[in-house]
Amino acid sequence: MATALINVPARARRGEIIEIKTLISHTMETGFRRTQVGALIPRDIISRFACTYNGTEVFRAELHPAISANPFIVFSTIAVESGTLEFHWTGDNGFRVTQSAAIVVE
Amino acid sequence: MHRRASRREFLLAAGGVAAGLGLGSIVAVTPARATPAEMQEAIRRVVGSATINPGKVKLDLPPLIENGNAVPLIVDVPSPMTETDHVRAIHVFTQKNPQPNVASFHLGPRAGRARVATRIRLADTQTVVAVCELSDGSFWSDGADIVVTLAACLEDGI
Amino acid sequence: MSSSRARLGAAALALAVAASAYAAEIPRAERRSGYDFMSRETRAMQDDDTANPGMLWVLEGEGLWTRKTGAAGRACADCHGDARASMKGVAARHPSLDVRQGRPVGLEQRINACRADRQGAPPLAYESRELLALTAYVARQSRGVPIEIAIDQRTQPFLDAGRTIYHRRQGQLNLACSQCHDDNWGRQLAGNVIPQAHPTGYPLYRLEWQGLGSLQRRLRNCLVGIRAEPYEFGAPELVQLELYLMWRARGMLFEAPGVRP
Repeated sequence: MATALINVPARARRGEIIEIKTLISHTMETGFRRTQVGALIPRDIISRFACTYNGTEVFRAELHPAISANPFIVFSTIAVESGTLEFHWTGDNGFRVTQSAAIVVE
Repeated sequence: MHRRASRREFLLAAGGVAAGLGLGSIVAVTPARATPAEMQEAIRRVVGSATINPGKVKLDLPPLIENGNAVPLIVDVPSPMTETDHVRAIHVFTQKNPQPNVASFHLGPRAGRARVATRIRLADTQTVVAVCELSDGSFWSDGADIVVTLAACLEDGI
Repeated sequence: MSSSRARLGAAALALAVAASAYAAEIPRAERRSGYDFMSRETRAMQDDDTANPGMLWVLEGEGLWTRKTGAAGRACADCHGDARASMKGVAARHPSLDVRQGRPVGLEQRINACRADRQGAPPLAYESRELLALTAYVARQSRGVPIEIAIDQRTQPFLDAGRTIYHRRQGQLNLACSQCHDDNWGRQLAGNVIPQAHPTGYPLYRLEWQGLGSLQRRLRNCLVGIRAEPYEFGAPELVQLELYLMWRARGMLFEAPGVRP
């Protein structure tokens, strides 16, 4: 069960550039660490993050093990119309989380 | 692939006390990690044979960081972000992490601003490089050197 | 008149004695949170609730607060209502006396006691995700509240025990907590600044752990750092240390969930 914290303004003016902050709980196990007895801990990361705005992808990121645990990503998009922003995280071991936020654009 | 010992594990083997408090001598070793050549190769895989010019993209990292586990990073490209003139992507690489790729951010005119922030891991004091791709197909880069220190009183051993 | 003056005199004497016993303490005017010793960037991470990774646990705890659990099928909210009101100041006043057990308990132990007594639920393991989430959520409600630990004749022995541990040389390095945190705070140790060791931000997100952890976890790290045998989670020594450290930080503002290197 992954917790995600999304910060999107609830309202914006048409054409305004809005900043979106996302934070999701995930260990982002690099695959380079070893246990005390030397066994390699397998990689387990979020490898892809995408944001769609009323269905159109407006931002996408490919992530590698160098992204810190509990990935934090801040990006912008233009408030073009009212609707729904969807946030998709996918990764190793079938990890798949989607969250959405509504936005009112006037 | 040869075994890559992390710096942290290495210090533990050398004597946890020294690791925890930086006292005594730490036996010199070359930890296995990516080389500047591997970073260049990783950049080439993304950029192809295009020329990379220094400039336009700005990499913002603190010059000294207390812990390499969560280094705040901002990449910013001043750009009108119009249909005809925008940033298509920003890629980030490191020189000395076990592997050179950090992230690739795909933007476009809908972004409004070519500015992305995140937190990255840095295994050691090293150089971080950002490469941006513009809508006209050109590539631009920026580098930043960052010193990484280590906290005292670690958990290793529990 | 004269008897009350005598009483005042006796009280003043008692205070003077008490004050001199704690003369090694950092003067109140010089007390600074670990926050003040961090880089600008790490402070920014703590200050921004939308960027502070500890908030992920707070969010999870918020969900657990209203979830019915245990044989009694009760949620925390069923007794305590809105945590923002009922839990305000609670974390800043722990460890506090558990009258039934006759000793002070930390916040984690208080939560587990509630689970056993009121919810008929088994205790949550120390450093488990659930216990951290609940503790973080409760602690968050004390943000900005001055730390205040009530000491009377029932809790004084535990405070004294904690203070003794704090001043006792331990481990292979034969170091006492006070030698770093009272005598050498502000100086560098292995590339980082030694803080004064006030637990103003617990449970906190430690960058070194890449996760949220309790004060007990941090104290165990300290003990390993001086190459001493760390006390088990929930050990009386750790609660005594917690009690002393929180009392030593009295008056300072609570910051949970903090972020530290």
